[in-house]
Amino acid sequence: MLNRIIAIATVLAATTTWAHAQEVKVGVNLPYTGIGAEFAQLVDRGMDLYLKLNADKVKPYKITLVKRDVKDPGGANAKIAVQELLTQENVDILAGWIYSPNAIASAPIVTAGKKLAVIMNAGTAHITTMSPYYVRTSFSMWHAGYAMGEAAAKQLNAKTAVVGYTDFPPGKDSLAAFKRSFEAGGGKVVDEIPMGGAGAVPDFTPFFQRAKDRKPDVFFVFVPAGDHAAAVVKTYAALGMREAGIKLIGPGDITQDTKLQAMGPAAVGLITMHHYHADLDNPENKRFVEAWKKEYGATSTPDFMAVGGYDGMAAIVHVVQTLKGKIDADKALEALKGWKFNSPRGPIMIDPVTRDIVMNEYLSEAVMKDGRVFQKTIGKIDAVKDACKEQKIGPCAPK
Amino acid sequence: MISPPPSGPLDRPAAHALAGRHWLRAWEPIPWILALGLFVLFPKHLAFGTELLVTILFALSLDLVLGYAGIVTLGHAAFFGAGAYTVGILAKRGLWTEPITGLILAAAVAAAVGLGSGVVLLRTRGLTLLMLTLCTMALLEEAANLAHDYTGGFDGLDSLPIAPLLGRFEFNPLYPTTQYLYVLAVLFVCFLFVRTLVYSPFGQSLTGIRENILRMRAVGAPVRQRLVLCYTLSAAIAGVAGGIWAQANAYVNLGTLALDRAATVLIILVLGGFGRLYGAFIGAVAYMALSHFLSKVYPTGWQLGLGLLLVVIALFANNGILGLVETCSRALRRRGAGAPAPGASAGQ
Amino acid sequence: MIWGVDVASMLLGGVAAGMVLFIVSVGLSVTMGLMGFVNLAHGGFAMLGGYAIVQAMKHWGLGFVPALVFGFVVTALVSVVLERLLYSRLYRANELDQVLLTIGLVFVMIASVTLLLGPENQPIRLPAALQGQIDLGIVRYRTYSVVLIAAGLLIAAALWLVFERTQIGAQIRAAVDNRRMAESLGINIDRLFTITFAAGSGLAALGGGLGAEFLGLDPQYPLKYLVYFLIVVAVGGLGRVTGVFWAALLIGVLDFVLKKYLPQGGTAFIYAFTILLLLWRPQGLFGGAAR
Repeated sequence: MLNRIIAIATVLAATTTWAHAQEVKVGVNLPYTGIGAEFAQLVDRGMDLYLKLNADKVKPYKITLVKRDVKDPGGANAKIAVQELLTQENVDILAGWIYSPNAIASAPIVTAGKKLAVIMNAGTAHITTMSPYYVRTSFSMWHAGYAMGEAAAKQLNAKTAVVGYTDFPPGKDSLAAFKRSFEAGGGKVVDEIPMGGAGAVPDFTPFFQRAKDRKPDVFFVFVPAGDHAAAVVKTYAALGMREAGIKLIGPGDITQDTKLQAMGPAAVGLITMHHYHADLDNPENKRFVEAWKKEYGATSTPDFMAVGGYDGMAAIVHVVQTLKGKIDADKALEALKGWKFNSPRGPIMIDPVTRDIVMNEYLSEAVMKDGRVFQKTIGKIDAVKDACKEQKIGPCAPK
Repeated sequence: MISPPPSGPLDRPAAHALAGRHWLRAWEPIPWILALGLFVLFPKHLAFGTELLVTILFALSLDLVLGYAGIVTLGHAAFFGAGAYTVGILAKRGLWTEPITGLILAAAVAAAVGLGSGVVLLRTRGLTLLMLTLCTMALLEEAANLAHDYTGGFDGLDSLPIAPLLGRFEFNPLYPTTQYLYVLAVLFVCFLFVRTLVYSPFGQSLTGIRENILRMRAVGAPVRQRLVLCYTLSAAIAGVAGGIWAQANAYVNLGTLALDRAATVLIILVLGGFGRLYGAFIGAVAYMALSHFLSKVYPTGWQLGLGLLLVVIALFANNGILGLVETCSRALRRRGAGAPAPGASAGQ
Repeated sequence: MIWGVDVASMLLGGVAAGMVLFIVSVGLSVTMGLMGFVNLAHGGFAMLGGYAIVQAMKHWGLGFVPALVFGFVVTALVSVVLERLLYSRLYRANELDQVLLTIGLVFVMIASVTLLLGPENQPIRLPAALQGQIDLGIVRYRTYSVVLIAAGLLIAAALWLVFERTQIGAQIRAAVDNRRMAESLGINIDRLFTITFAAGSGLAALGGGLGAEFLGLDPQYPLKYLVYFLIVVAVGGLGRVTGVFWAALLIGVLDFVLKKYLPQGGTAFIYAFTILLLLWRPQGLFGGAAR
């Protein structure tokens, strides 16, 4: 009789510990309300879609997403959200961060909390140096900016460029990245125009007029994805800059897939450098886009933010499987260093030294095809690293 | 013809009420007991608690100018930000990391900004003053953005090295126990100061200015001087709030100077009830508890609930939640007493 | 004559931007001047109207101009309902309670629109005739900017006619200048205010729809541009249509010029300009004696 009780007790104990090992809590912080709500939705959907499409890869574990609204890029709410996710919800892994200021503000808490933190969007280059537990699956501003400068000099044969950028750190990062590689490639940046802040969309006409007056070969523009990009494209068309022989180039933020169709024929001729757009031709992306449209509507489309969430979740699931559900942060970092994955954006890897993402960059031109705006890939650079940390420029230099 | 004066100055209920305004009431220790209770009973919510206490301090500073002097301003975050950046820039550059003296510096800088802007702006009233305060704050925000080498621009100044409090108590970002008690202590001290000020002759002259500025001028009160002094003191306290926010978060960015912050604190004060000292407490608790806890349940829709609350309070309460409480308690008292008492409750 | 082209294109751009500001802000100025009511939800009506216009064009295939009319009417009706139910209760109240009500209303509007239609920006598809460029002799410029200028002038002219040549316009002017006197003359102030409020909100809707091409249209619209609307109203002077008109043009052109020649710290200059102007003339450029 006693033996039977002991046996039952042991089985119960084993099943409960086994049940605990089964559930992994991921604390997600995103700006679900406020000006970033649209971006939060994209990353959120990307994460959910990965879990849905790859349910078999998650088994036998259960990933629970604990979501917190950070409301704004002000830093304070993000700190509270991360602190509470760590101390109240006791999450195993942290994820999210759309805005760079929030990621910067959260860094000390992440370090003190000793949990793996997967950055799914924030693009300021030196963020990954701010905490040893930060791993980024999205991008750095330098990925696209530096590659674009090289491509502008070599492939587009541009000698002069004007740079227009929204006056906040990602914009300044983009400017610095482009200028460095473009001038290294023999080009010259003749004017740098700060074009208002990241909040309200300004009327771009005066800035573009100034750029047009300079008559450069290319006009490199960085603005935050969203409404800014739509306004940029409209202003470019309305001022007749293409007819004047000035090519509009920039990182893929200006041809964000969710805004591209609304821009219509005005977007034709834009040349962008980015790690992802929905028209990329590879089997993973075809599957991804198809599943997205099925889940969220035929007129809906994923974009680079969605893929940041998707790949971030892939990284998390990889960690869960490798560590068998018992998430220790240092072991998780080891599991991710050098991790390779076939993402919808092509093959990606997490750099073992910088914990930032290494991925392809695609040079694309917007054309009309089958009645919609289509991004045609006209060039590709394989395995691009973040040049800022690679070349140890400014704040990217190791501390 | 002239009847003899009544026996004793405190025989009339109105006089009695007026003379006893500043006495400590039985329920006044309650907020502080609750604050300590939060510390003991809910140690996991101290990050939220610290943010709440800083907001109360900020709202208290606004109450001084808005509730007591009648100056409607949408630019109070200018002083909050001035204090925050003072602490931030000094700490980031390693020039000054001691917390308590850092607050004094923050207050001084914010007071200077308040004095400078007050002298120029307080000639105007109404919408004009509102727009002037708003534009001044926006101008400061732009200046901070332009001077990004000093202020860190949009990304802000992070990982501020703040020395341990009193040399011993460290600020732990993950477990903000020290931060919470520190802010509570500073809030208590500032509250005592404001309370004393409000019931002093200076405070009473402010109420007079708010109620009837022409008459105050007519009796020879130095109206401009009083307003500017009040504005400067309020700016100093707002600067303390900003400075302590920067210390508790070890972080400062442009959000400290933003319209969002100034508008939120105004809403909080009006929601709680202005001109009543404790309106700041109630308003901050109501607003932030709702936005914090409701957003956990409905991350996308909590703004709707908050908006509805504001509309309901605006329509049915006369001066915020405290006004509502007062109306209800007065109605209950009247019902309990039967006939209305003569010369009852003098104004606060 | 490159210099002439430069000036012409700057004026066109600035005036077009100013026209959008004018159309949206004129309703705010008149209602604030008439009733002394601080309506911070005014931008919300512009947003609602803009959304109505875009949805009408997208889902019911309405043309641009019919959609504008639709937006005007729908928003005016909604504003009348809100005015009778909510606003009218607070006419005698403290202005801070009015702020609380209108801010609460804005939150409700933003949240409702986000919940119903999502947080994304609503793009507007202008009819082809209004896109591209137009040749004006001296300069080739963006067609839509010219259209906006024409629309703004039309609306300004219509408003002038109403205010100067109709009885109701005279009543409004009288009430703005001296409400008590107007009341004692038998003018029904409450009815006047409902009409003015409806028209002002309808105009805001028009502004939201017309300006969507430049300012975008998303749930955050009411708060993003509130400061600009308030600046235009304060600089122009409460309750004065001419004031709002010239203030909007001034701000529009100034903003444009500053952005082109001093893109660093462009917005700072608008704030500095507003401060200096309000210190010099606290009642605004065309405002009556300070209240």
